[in-house]
Amino acid sequence: MAAFGLARNSCGLINGLRVSYRSLVQVKYGAKSACLLQTNIQSDCRWYSVSHLSVKERIEKKRKAAQMGGGQKRIDAQHQRGKLTARERVELLLDPESFVETDMFVEHRCSDFGMEQDANKFPGDSVVTGRGRINGRLVYVFSQDFTVFGGSLSGAHAQKICKIMDQALTVGAPVIGLNDSGGARIQEGVESLAGYADIFLVHPSDLPHHGSLCILTHLMLCLQDTSYLFITGPDVVKSVTNEDVTQEELGGAKTHTAVSGVAHRAFENDVEALLYLRDFFNFLPLSNQDPAPIRECQDPSDRLVKSLDTVVPFESTKAYDMLDIIHAVLDEGDFFEIMPTYAKNIVVGFARMNGRTVGIVGNQPKVASGCLDINSSVKGARFVRFCDAFNIPIITFVDVPGFLPGTAQEYGGIIRHGAKLLFAFAEATVPKITIITRKAYGGAYDVMSSKHLRGDMNYAWPTAEVAVMGAKGAVQIIFRGKENQAEAEAEYVEKFANPFPAAVRGFVDDIIEPATTRKRICRDLEVLASKKQVNPWKKHANIPL
Amino acid sequence: WTFLTGVSVTMHACTHTHTLTRTHAPHTHTHCSYGLFSSSQTFDKILIANRGEIACRVIKTCKKMGIQTVAVHSDVDSNVHVKMADEAVCVGPAPTSKSYLNMDAIMDAIRLTGAQAVHPGYGFLSENKDFAKRLAAVGVTFIGPDTHAIQAMGDKIESKLIAKAAKVNTIPGFDGVVKTAEDAVKIAQQIGYPVMIKASAGGGGKGMRIAWNDEETREGFRFSSQEAASSFGDDRLLIEKYIDNPRHIEIQVLADKHGNVLWLNERECSIQRRNQKVVEEAPSMFLDADTRRVMGEQAVQLAKAVKYSSAGTVEFLVDSKKNFYFLEMNTRLQVEHPVTECITGLDLVEQMIRIAKGYQLQQKQEDIPINGWAIESRVYAEDPFKSFGLPSIGRLSQYQEPLKLSHVRVDSGIEEGSDINIYYDPMISKLVTYGATRAEALARMEDALDNYVIRGVTHNIPLLREIITHPRFVSGDISTNFLPEVYPEGFKGHHLDEDRCRELLASAAALHVTSQLYSHKILGTQSDLMLCYRVSSAPMDQNNWELCVELGQELHDIEISKSGNSYIFMNGLCLSLQVKVDGGQVEVCGDWNLASPLLPLTINGTCRMLQCLSKESSGNIVLQYMGTLFKVRVLSKLTAKLNSYMPEKVSEDTSSILRSPMPGTVVAMSVKPGDTVADGQEICVIEAMKMQNSLTAVKQAKVKSVHCQPGETVGEGDLLVELE
Repeated sequence: MAAFGLARNSCGLINGLRVSYRSLVQVKYGAKSACLLQTNIQSDCRWYSVSHLSVKERIEKKRKAAQMGGGQKRIDAQHQRGKLTARERVELLLDPESFVETDMFVEHRCSDFGMEQDANKFPGDSVVTGRGRINGRLVYVFSQDFTVFGGSLSGAHAQKICKIMDQALTVGAPVIGLNDSGGARIQEGVESLAGYADIFLVHPSDLPHHGSLCILTHLMLCLQDTSYLFITGPDVVKSVTNEDVTQEELGGAKTHTAVSGVAHRAFENDVEALLYLRDFFNFLPLSNQDPAPIRECQDPSDRLVKSLDTVVPFESTKAYDMLDIIHAVLDEGDFFEIMPTYAKNIVVGFARMNGRTVGIVGNQPKVASGCLDINSSVKGARFVRFCDAFNIPIITFVDVPGFLPGTAQEYGGIIRHGAKLLFAFAEATVPKITIITRKAYGGAYDVMSSKHLRGDMNYAWPTAEVAVMGAKGAVQIIFRGKENQAEAEAEYVEKFANPFPAAVRGFVDDIIEPATTRKRICRDLEVLASKKQVNPWKKHANIPL
Repeated sequence: WTFLTGVSVTMHACTHTHTLTRTHAPHTHTHCSYGLFSSSQTFDKILIANRGEIACRVIKTCKKMGIQTVAVHSDVDSNVHVKMADEAVCVGPAPTSKSYLNMDAIMDAIRLTGAQAVHPGYGFLSENKDFAKRLAAVGVTFIGPDTHAIQAMGDKIESKLIAKAAKVNTIPGFDGVVKTAEDAVKIAQQIGYPVMIKASAGGGGKGMRIAWNDEETREGFRFSSQEAASSFGDDRLLIEKYIDNPRHIEIQVLADKHGNVLWLNERECSIQRRNQKVVEEAPSMFLDADTRRVMGEQAVQLAKAVKYSSAGTVEFLVDSKKNFYFLEMNTRLQVEHPVTECITGLDLVEQMIRIAKGYQLQQKQEDIPINGWAIESRVYAEDPFKSFGLPSIGRLSQYQEPLKLSHVRVDSGIEEGSDINIYYDPMISKLVTYGATRAEALARMEDALDNYVIRGVTHNIPLLREIITHPRFVSGDISTNFLPEVYPEGFKGHHLDEDRCRELLASAAALHVTSQLYSHKILGTQSDLMLCYRVSSAPMDQNNWELCVELGQELHDIEISKSGNSYIFMNGLCLSLQVKVDGGQVEVCGDWNLASPLLPLTINGTCRMLQCLSKESSGNIVLQYMGTLFKVRVLSKLTAKLNSYMPEKVSEDTSSILRSPMPGTVVAMSVKPGDTVADGQEICVIEAMKMQNSLTAVKQAKVKSVHCQPGETVGEGDLLVELE
C-alpha cells in the first residue's frame, strides 16, 4: 500500500505524501462524496468568494471562514461528541497568543464530482498548521480539522504538513501532530528524521493504515474510549478471519496501551491529554542536536532520601514497588511514565534530576517479580533508544530475577527480543547510571545496563545480590542429588547473595547507602554531562529486529 | 533546669547519636531538680517488652540514665525501637500472640541478654500478673506494681469493692434486685436522680431506662421489666446512678515501695471514639482545686489500699456537677503520660525505674506543680471520615514531624519509610504541645498539626485539628459523647466558610500560577548560546492570569495579578499575588518551593501553613488546608471553557459492588453467588487491627460474584462482592 511506501520513504517526504494521496483518493472516493452531501446542506452560511468585494474584504472573509473550519454546525457536533476542534486544540496546547498560522488560504485543488464548487472549498482545508511555543519553547504543530471533510487528507492538506515539517527541520524544532481524521486514507507519519522530535497525539476515529505510520513516530498518546487505531477494521476482520470483535477491542486505547504496546499513554479526554502534553514537552530537547533540557530545580540535589533505607523488604522473595524508589529519588517526585499499563514488569519514563531530564528504566518486582520477558524487553529497548537518540541520560534501577522461562517465551523469541534490550543499552552513548537495588541474576543482570554494557556508574545497594541465579536453583544444580542442600544453600547465600562478588571485581563501582542514591546520581550526572563517546562507524546499527 | 529536660523531647525518635536537647519551657521558675540518678545506681540493662513509640520512649530515658537497653521485635517489625536499642532480640513472627505476647520467647530473650529488669510499656504484657510472677521467679525486676496490685485492680468487681472500702467514690447503686416500682422509687431517691434502671440479665441496651424523677422511675420500672422479660426471660432489675454526659478524668499516681504515694494531678481524656482516647490534656479545665485535691487524695487512698508501687492511673467518671466516681485503675504507664510529664516536670519512666530498684520518692506532694498546660493528640493511621477512624495501612513515603516548632514534643516509633501494617496498633505518634496557658498550648497544637507531614497512609489529622479548634472544645464544654454530639452525621472534614473558601481558592490559583511560571524556567546550557537565545527569545512575562477553579461542584472565576514588580528565585519563587475571587480580593504571598510538601503562605497578612499533596498536569491539585484535604482543579479560563465540552466520566455504581473499606482479613463470607440479599443484610466480615467490621448490602439484590474467601487478606478498595 501507499501508506507503507511512504513509511519507507523517509527522504522524499513531500513527494511521497502527494503521490500517496492521489493514489488513495480514488480508493476512498465513496466516503468523500458522502461528505459532500452534508456540506451542501449548510452551504448557505459560506459564501465568501464574491467578486464585487474588495481584496481587503475578501481577505477578511477568507480569514473568518478559515477560523470557522467546517462551520458552526459541525463545530457543535464535534463538541457534542466530547471532542474539541482543531483550532481549540492548538489554542490549548500552545502558550497564549503564541500561535503563528501558515497556509490559512490554502484550498484543495480537486475538481471532480462537484468539489470545485465554492461551497466545497474551505480556506485552510482540513488541517491547521503553524508554529508556536510551549512554555516558551518553539514547536511546530499541525492539527487535523474533523469539521472539514472529516479531517481527510488532501494534497493541499499534505502539502501544508510537509511545509511545516521542512521548516521544523531547518530550525531544529519538533513537530506535534494532533490527528483527528475520519476519512483519512493516509495519515501523517514520519520516520524519525534527524532533527525531529515528533509526537503524535492520535485523536478519535483514525482509519486503516494510519496505525502503520503512527508507530513510526517517537511517541504516541491517545484518548480513552475515543481513539481507535488498526490496520483493518472489525468488518474486514470478520470477513477474513470470521472473528467477532468490536472497534474498541480491536484498536481502542486500552488495547494499544495495555495489550499491543502500540500507543505510549492514554488520557481521558482532549483537555487532559493536551495539558499533560504541555508538561511532557518540557522534558524533551527540541531536537536530537540539543542536549537534554535543564529546568530550574528547587529540590536539593544532595537531599538524603531516608525512606529508601527501608524500602527493600528483608525477605528477598517479597515484592515492593519500584515506583516508590523512583518517586522518592526524582526532583519533586515528578515522573512521566511511558506505557504504564503495558508490560508492567518494567517501568520506564521521564523525570528530572537536579533539573536535568533523565530517562528512568526500572524492573518492577511488584509485577511478575520484575522478570524480563518479551514485552518488557521490547518496551525497555525502545525507551532506551529514544533516550539515546535525544541525548537523555539513562538511570536504571535493577531488581531482576532473570528472564521468564517457558515455551511461550522461547517460541516467541525471547532470545531475540531480550537481545534488543541488551543491544539498546550497549549501543547507547548517553550517560548511563545503574543502581542494583536487590536481585541482579544471570543474563538479565548483564542486560540491565551493567558495567559490561559500558555503564558509566554502576552502584549496588547493600541489599544487592549479583549472582548467576537464586541460591535455591543454583544449589540444586551444583549439588544435584547430594544431601545437605539446605546447608549448601546457606553457603551459597553467604557467598553470592550480596554485593561483594561484583564489587571485588569492579563490576559495581561502589556499594552505597540507599539514602544517598539521589545525591550520587545528581553528582554523577554533572560530571557525565561532558561525556563523549562515539560508536564505530557503520551505515546503521543492526538491532536484532 | 527546665521541665522535661531529661526526656529530650525535641529529638526525633530515631536519632542515633543521642544528645540531650533542652526545650524552652513556657514558664520561668524552676522546680524539682533531678540528675540524682547518677548518684543512685539502678540497673545495668533493661529489656523493653514492647514496640513502637512506647519502646522508644522508654529507651530514651534509659539512655539518659546510662542504662543499656534490649529491644524485642517480631519478624516484620525491626523498626526504630530496634535501631535505638543497644541490643535487639527477635521474639517471633508478626502476630502479637506469637511475638510480643509470647512470654517464653521474651523470657529467653531476657536470659540471653542478661537484662536485669523489664519495662513492659503499655498493652501487651504490662498488666499480666503471670508475666510479673515469672520474672520474679528468675530474679528479674518487673518495672511496674507488685503482682497482687495488678491482680486486685485487674478485676472490675474486686477493684470496685476495694475502692469502696478505701472510701473512694464509686457509682452508687443498689446491688440487690428491685422488686416493685415503689421499691425502685425509694432506691432511686436514695441514690439521687438521674438513675439508670437496667435488666440484671441485660445487654445491648435492651431493658435499659434512664429516669430523672419518681414518675419516670415508675414508668421505667414497668417498661424495663416487661422488656427484660420478653428479651431475656428474666425480669430482674438493677438500679444504678446514671452519670449524665460524663467526663473521663484520671489521676496519675506515683508510689514507691516504702508506702509513699503522690498524686500528679489529673488528665482530661474525655474526647474518645469507640472508647479509645483521641485528645488528652492536663490539667482539666473542669476541675477546681478542691475537687482536684479530693480526687487526688482518694486516688492515693486506693493506691495505699493495694500497696501500690510504681506509676499508676486511677480513672474517674465526672458528672456535670463535679461528682466523680471511680471507674478503674490502670496499673501501668498510660499512653497519655506525656501531658502529666509536661505540667509536672517529672520523667515518669525514670521514676518507675527508680521505684522498681527500691528507691524512695524524692518529691513531696507539695513539690508537685501544675506548670502551664499540655495537650496531646494521638495521630493515627486511620481514616477519620469512616466512623471517626477506620485503620489504614501503608508505607510512610514522606514523614516529617513538626519538631522545628518550639514547645512541641513528638513521641513516635516510626520514621520515613516505615510500614504501618495490619498486625499492630495504627498509632503514628503522640503529638504533645504545651504552653503557659491552654490557649497557647492549643494554638501551638494547631500549628504543629499543620506542619506535620504524613504521606503514604491516611491519617486522622483532619479530625484532630477540627476537635482542637471546635468552639465547644476550646471553651472546655466536652464529655465522652463529644464526637457523636458534635458530628451526629459522622465527621465530614473542615467546613469552609466564605472567607476560608476564598483563601483556599486563592492559594490554589496562586500555586498554579507559580508552577506555570516555574515551568518556563528552562535553562540553556552555557556551551550552547544558540539554545539560550532560542529559549529566552520567547518573552513570556505574563503579569495577569484569568483562571477558573473548580471546588466540589462549583466553578469560581479568579483573576490574578502580580503585585510588586520583581520576583526572584532563592529557595523558591518569592512572589506576591493579588487574587480576585468571586469579587473579593485576597493577597497571597509566599516562598514558593514546589519541592517542599509544606506551603507556608501569608494570606491577607495571616500566616497559614498549607500542604500540597499532589499537583497534576491536568490542573488537579490536592491541598491540605485547615487540616482537611481539598481537591481543586485549576484551569485557565479558556481551558475551563473547553473542558465543559468534555464528556463527564461515568462513575461506578457503588450500590452493586462491595469494596473493602479498609485493609484487613476476611473473617467470614456470608453469601455465595446466586444468593439473594436483603437491604442491610450482612455480606461479609473484615477484621483489621483487632476490629471486626460487618459489611452489609445497601439494596436487595442477587449476588453475582464473590471475589474473596475467608482468611484472605484484602487491601482497601479491593472488590469483594458484586451484586446484580
